[in-house]
Amino acid sequence: MTQPLLKIRGLKIEGRSDETWTPIINGIDLDLNRGDVLGLIGESGAGKSTLGLAAMGFTRDGCRISAGSVEFDGIELVNASAAVKRALLGKRIAYVAQSAAASFNPAHRLIDQHTEGPVQHGVMSRAESEADGIELYRKLRLPNADDIGFRYPHQVSGGQLQRAMTAMAMSCRPDLIIFDEPTTALDVTTQIEVLAAIRDIVQQFDTAAVYITHDLAVVAQMADRIKVLLQGDEVEEADTRTMLSAPTEEYTKSLWAVRRFQRPAKPAIPADATPVVSVRGITAAYAATTVLHDISFDMYAGRTVAVVGESGSGKSTVARCITGLLPPKSGAIEFMGTALPADYRKRSKDQLRQIQMIYQMADTALNPRKTIGQIIGRPVEFYLGLKGAKRRARVEDLLNLIELEPKIYFDRLPSELSGGQKQRIGIARALAAEPQFIICDEVTSALDQLVAEGILKLLARLQDELGLTYMVITHDLATVRAIADEMVVMKDGRVVEQGGKEQMFAPPHHPYTDLLLSSVPEMDPDWLTCLLEERGVDNIGDAAVGKM
Amino acid sequence: MVSVTRIVLQRLVLGLLTLFVVSIVIFIAVNMLPGDFAQAILGQGATPEAVEAIRRDLGLDQPPVIRYFQWLGRALQGDLGSSFAQANFANFTGTESGATTVAAQIAPRFANTMFLAGVTAAIAVPVSLVLGILAALYRNSAFDRVANIFTLSSISSPEFFLAYVLILFLAVLNPLLPSLSNIYSDMTLGQRVERTLLPALTLTLVVTAHMMRMTRAAIINLLASPYIEMARLKGLSPLRVIVHHALPNALAPIINVIALNLAYLITGVVVVEVVFVYPGIGQLFVDAVKIRDIPMVQACCLIFAAAYILLNFSADILSILSNPRLRHPK
Repeated sequence: MTQPLLKIRGLKIEGRSDETWTPIINGIDLDLNRGDVLGLIGESGAGKSTLGLAAMGFTRDGCRISAGSVEFDGIELVNASAAVKRALLGKRIAYVAQSAAASFNPAHRLIDQHTEGPVQHGVMSRAESEADGIELYRKLRLPNADDIGFRYPHQVSGGQLQRAMTAMAMSCRPDLIIFDEPTTALDVTTQIEVLAAIRDIVQQFDTAAVYITHDLAVVAQMADRIKVLLQGDEVEEADTRTMLSAPTEEYTKSLWAVRRFQRPAKPAIPADATPVVSVRGITAAYAATTVLHDISFDMYAGRTVAVVGESGSGKSTVARCITGLLPPKSGAIEFMGTALPADYRKRSKDQLRQIQMIYQMADTALNPRKTIGQIIGRPVEFYLGLKGAKRRARVEDLLNLIELEPKIYFDRLPSELSGGQKQRIGIARALAAEPQFIICDEVTSALDQLVAEGILKLLARLQDELGLTYMVITHDLATVRAIADEMVVMKDGRVVEQGGKEQMFAPPHHPYTDLLLSSVPEMDPDWLTCLLEERGVDNIGDAAVGKM
Repeated sequence: MVSVTRIVLQRLVLGLLTLFVVSIVIFIAVNMLPGDFAQAILGQGATPEAVEAIRRDLGLDQPPVIRYFQWLGRALQGDLGSSFAQANFANFTGTESGATTVAAQIAPRFANTMFLAGVTAAIAVPVSLVLGILAALYRNSAFDRVANIFTLSSISSPEFFLAYVLILFLAVLNPLLPSLSNIYSDMTLGQRVERTLLPALTLTLVVTAHMMRMTRAAIINLLASPYIEMARLKGLSPLRVIVHHALPNALAPIINVIALNLAYLITGVVVVEVVFVYPGIGQLFVDAVKIRDIPMVQACCLIFAAAYILLNFSADILSILSNPRLRHPK
């Protein structure tokens, strides 16, 4: 039996909060052999990233390794001197970060950042490394491999940056790469390209990897073994197929089950029904750039319409037109059959009240200096004119409605709540106006799967109880499957296809809808391989350029 | 995306507009000074007739609006007017030398001021950048604390006090440098630099703190960025992480603080000039205010304003150019 490449024993990591050290990782063991890929999975706060960085002997500011050992190829990294670690980092252990856009230095060209590692570590000369970088770009199927490296990060798209970062990690031909959620920030269609590229290159160079993600379906494609983490403890570890088919722990099973939440189908829309909100031939532009072209769809009482598309497809712009934040150039928004003024400033208070919004980032959408009672109380007073004890009673009702105990939460500040609780407050604030129509803009995309499921169930329950109409903006088709009744697919500011959910999910599809649907990772470990075969390598996005 | 040239032109127009507004403010402010030149110069013998005669001679009996536009029109043609005091002096002695115009008076003094500012900047800017980078590199260490305490106490002390401390140590106890800095036009460059060194060192102590602390803060502000973490995880040395990865992204605020301090060196150093008897524009300005030499005061104010606007304009342009998003549009 050969020595594992990475051997972690009894690792404990603590984080500093208010003068005390609280545990983040409570004693984890990990073995990784050369050429193997280990998937680390868990919700946010499970300690995945902390563990991944610790495998490099690195802790973020405010964290410390309090016990245990991290051995890389026989070299102990805990308490190793900075010089020992620097000699390994980048050269033998490399890192691929979640957001390539933020992790590339905006001041330098890609190739300069690519060659920096090899040159500084004395592995290659600048010219050799540059040629090698271009070769790697080609292997990762980046378009214009010959000159993409000579651009600055802001001139390159997110998916391409993520591949360029993988190339950068490969620049010194390391023995181990830590991938920290490398595709989380990408659209599904882009995600596939990056996943395929990463998997290929890791296999080609026989590099060992730790692949960190919260997405089970993604890890199923990438890893040989999977380790599940929960709040700094290991739940279980097994090889990928066993883990998917026969998880032993309750927690793992609950993670697996999340994706199965689905609402029963609703009866068909009566033929004579008036839509609550009707988008009629909207064309809108930012300055000179037209971003929406003749968008039309209807939303009926008590139903949910999901607007789906990649980033930049114009989903959120539709919401801005409906709320009146961006008056369209032509077309109209109708509410219960009457056209609304295009500009929100010209709408009556009652018209404003009927259309409310819930935002993606609950963190930034709530005023950090106001208590929950004030945040929800403000629209109660503004729209309904309730004051004093009546206002308080209404806020407490709303808190009960979103399943948060008023006694505990009324006087708290947003910073004292978890992400899921903050999103619930966002929902309560929208409900406070007693609207008929609510726009949910990516409301679950910043949340963990279990928490997101809770939010979706809450939205579904509120719709049944209050007869609300939702427009759900999302890029996540699992969300659509869970709560939508109708679906509108958008691309480049146009509606590509629309219809009832059942009909949309069943073939035949519009080619773009098909691309979108088939790009959603499935739990089957052979899914990516099959899909790539089906599509043929040349078909993967912009892969046509460069040879394999 | 707005192109760089367009931004530069916008800033340039804005700068000129600011200068115009400032010229109005200067004119109004100077005219609101109590007393006038005629009274100041005649002193005890200020009979109403004599005052009236001098006022008519100098055009002070005209309405302010007309005087403003006359002044502005001439200034635009490069003629800043004649110094009241020198014109008067010429009248008394009957000599008509070329030195009576404001421009001729200011030019050598302004050159001296620029020389002092230049020597100071040549010392202070590199010193503060290096100190700031080192303080960021060894943040919260003894070096960082000592550098902070030293620069903060020097900026908190009055300039004349710093000047006398330096004179005590560098001119009296160890006679290395001359304590008087009265430079003349026929000195060699070496002599001028030697004479200027002590006031320049004093001013360095005054301006270093700002620039150093901004360099340190701007760099430390970026150290939590993902790309800095990435640089560390590539196994780069701490110095390279800071100089190569943090500094290029921290340039904008640093450039702005440097510009503000350079402007201060041109406009605000009268105390140091007095202590070292340095013939700069600051002394000239204070003297002109004392005797209500209106054209001189206005010209000095205008130069100060122009220096501020020009330096801020350059800082703006440089910080825009330090942003690769603007230098290399998509």
